[in-house]
Amino acid sequence: MSGEKKAPYIVPIGPTHPALKEPVMFTFEMDGEQIREVDFAPGQVHRGIEWMGMRRNPVQIVHLTDRICGICGVSHTLAFSRAVEQVAEIEVPERADYIRTIIAEFERIQSHLLWAGVAAHELGFDSLLYLTWQVREQAMDVIENLTGNRVNYGIVQVGGVRRDIVPEQHKVIEDCLSAYEGVLSKLLDLFLHDRTIAMRCRDVGVLSKDDALKLCTVGPTARASGVNVDLRQDYPYCAYGDLEVRSILPDQYAGETRGDVYDRIVVRLLEVGQSCRIIRQCLSEMPPGEVTAEPKLAKLLAICKKASGEAIGRVEAPRGECFHYVLMAGKEAPHAWKVKASSYSNLMSWIPMLRGEQIADIPIIVASIDPCLSCTDRVAVVKGGLQSILSREDLHRLSVEKTRRLQQ
Amino acid sequence: MTLTAVVGEIILWTVIVSLFGLTAGLFLLGIDRKIAAHMQARIGPRLRQPFIDIRKLLVKENIIPENAIPWLFNLAPVIALVSSLVILLYIPLGSLHSPLGMYGDLILVMYLLTIPALATVAGGFASGSPYATVGAQREMVTMIGYEFPLAIVVIAIAWRLWAAGVAHPFLLSTIAGNPVWGLVGPLGIVGVVLLLIVLAAVTPAELSRIPFDTQEAETELAGGLLVEYSGRNLALFSLTTAVKTLVLGALIVAVFFPWNLSSFVAMPAGIAQLADLVFFLFKVVLVMSVIVTLVRVGMARFRINQVVTVYWHTFALIGLVGLLLLMADSALAGVL
Repeated sequence: MSGEKKAPYIVPIGPTHPALKEPVMFTFEMDGEQIREVDFAPGQVHRGIEWMGMRRNPVQIVHLTDRICGICGVSHTLAFSRAVEQVAEIEVPERADYIRTIIAEFERIQSHLLWAGVAAHELGFDSLLYLTWQVREQAMDVIENLTGNRVNYGIVQVGGVRRDIVPEQHKVIEDCLSAYEGVLSKLLDLFLHDRTIAMRCRDVGVLSKDDALKLCTVGPTARASGVNVDLRQDYPYCAYGDLEVRSILPDQYAGETRGDVYDRIVVRLLEVGQSCRIIRQCLSEMPPGEVTAEPKLAKLLAICKKASGEAIGRVEAPRGECFHYVLMAGKEAPHAWKVKASSYSNLMSWIPMLRGEQIADIPIIVASIDPCLSCTDRVAVVKGGLQSILSREDLHRLSVEKTRRLQQ
Repeated sequence: MTLTAVVGEIILWTVIVSLFGLTAGLFLLGIDRKIAAHMQARIGPRLRQPFIDIRKLLVKENIIPENAIPWLFNLAPVIALVSSLVILLYIPLGSLHSPLGMYGDLILVMYLLTIPALATVAGGFASGSPYATVGAQREMVTMIGYEFPLAIVVIAIAWRLWAAGVAHPFLLSTIAGNPVWGLVGPLGIVGVVLLLIVLAAVTPAELSRIPFDTQEAETELAGGLLVEYSGRNLALFSLTTAVKTLVLGALIVAVFFPWNLSSFVAMPAGIAQLADLVFFLFKVVLVMSVIVTLVRVGMARFRINQVVTVYWHTFALIGLVGLLLLMADSALAGVL
């Protein structure tokens, strides 16, 4: 550290590194402790789930979609089911929509708490990790009580849900919600008023509103930069149309939006409280009735087989919009199925966030968008050693061309 | 006594003190982990877990990376452990005889404290990994950061003893023999408390513990300085940490809490020695669990630039205020 300027050196982080919860390869061009340029290469954990799905029928695929993500198990299944339901014109009973909403909101609670713990760990604050994960257990217990599983819930199916919520379970849910409302102010205090956390998170990893829009970020990452997007408010599905859902923006708490890591913590923690309110409202307004459109799986399969057409299912997963495209062509298996996990839209925001920051901030910035890489990864085909990189302009041109083709 | 007898005695005591230092240091690490676990609502490992870890490391393969500088890479952990054991020989350990106590003072201890850190820096640079290199740079920056507040504490205490007319004020046995609290007035007490805070803040950085563990920063640098070390070499570094924990605990106890049980309660010489040793260890555990364990479970990790700011601005300032208060106190005492 003699102060002389050396040529930038390269620090590789990944594919496996303690800062990363899933494999991704970062290459940092460093100037001392400062990041000069950054590039990343996902694609280390592609699992070919879409390929598997195109050889199975929709009744089987929901079990695959449960396993796309270990955290948002219900979001992917919900998005896929909603796409198939639209193609096959299955009407989901209203009660099922409410149950789906309740499970989805519990998923958001446990996912955000899990993330908060990881964020604390990345900052070297392990006590907070243990605390948040201990708090999170209660949501996991309720999810187990409602669905029978802690992860890979297996409750959503095409046309409805597998299990009803019986009156005895209302008390379990209510206990959990009141416990959370009690502990949330403590968590907010610990995360947002701790001096060391503020020192490490304020004005770190800033994503401007402009960049957030340009890079098509979704979910809490976009909302923390002041972009007012939330599928639950903009494009209500399930029971959200009947409920009071307004997207949470950081200025509601701090009075200003800076788009930094701190704001992402604010948004996620406030969304835990919001989810509690949504679940409570769902419980009180849940209509009676059936929980599935077609309880007999063979019959359901027959309906799906006959269906043809294409549809998209969109769900606000804890990390942002989860998007499934399904094309059915009158066969048992879907003709095409495309999954876009929320992290797919958010990964690119790493570049403007990381540029100019310090090595020490890499873990927390990388974690701050709550990346879910195995849900996102694509297979990269390299033919004859040729690679091509598409810029934003190229992609825009291609999409315009495709729209023109479709219009003809 | 003849020269050979003196040397023989020193060697004997060196062996005893070293063995004591290794054992007590490892137990201190075990206690730290246990207390931290309880604070985080965990059960935590057994008290002797650090011993088990060391044994495991010793039977594991000792890997030397291809692009490392082998002689320096292997030498660094040895130097680190030996130098930290040497410090132990100068510090009063309760009633235990400090074999070199008469030959070196607090200034020497301050210099010796930098050697294990410098050895890890050398080892880090020699391991040829970018993580270790970044870690080594951070360790150096951290050292530059905390040496100044540490020097203020040392000078302030010794100066106050000198001002009070104590002979050999820098000798640790003198400092331990004349508790600084008794020499100063109310203004000075505040000053000494401030100096204690500064020394307490320097300790986590010396031991690379949260919030000042940027050089190892598991989530950022995957272990930083020590990332390439394994097997026997890593075991030596773990032992170094254990010994340094005891050294710093003993240093704080010697400077700020030097009282012995035997000076309060009359007891036979043999029992008094044992009681003083136990009391000394009790003080070390108490001090370390507050300034290391409590701090590390209650804080997030600083960034390296924040480490420097914290030491140079906050703690240097606190230290200087403490020094000024001690000077004012001494001036007032002179007038009265």
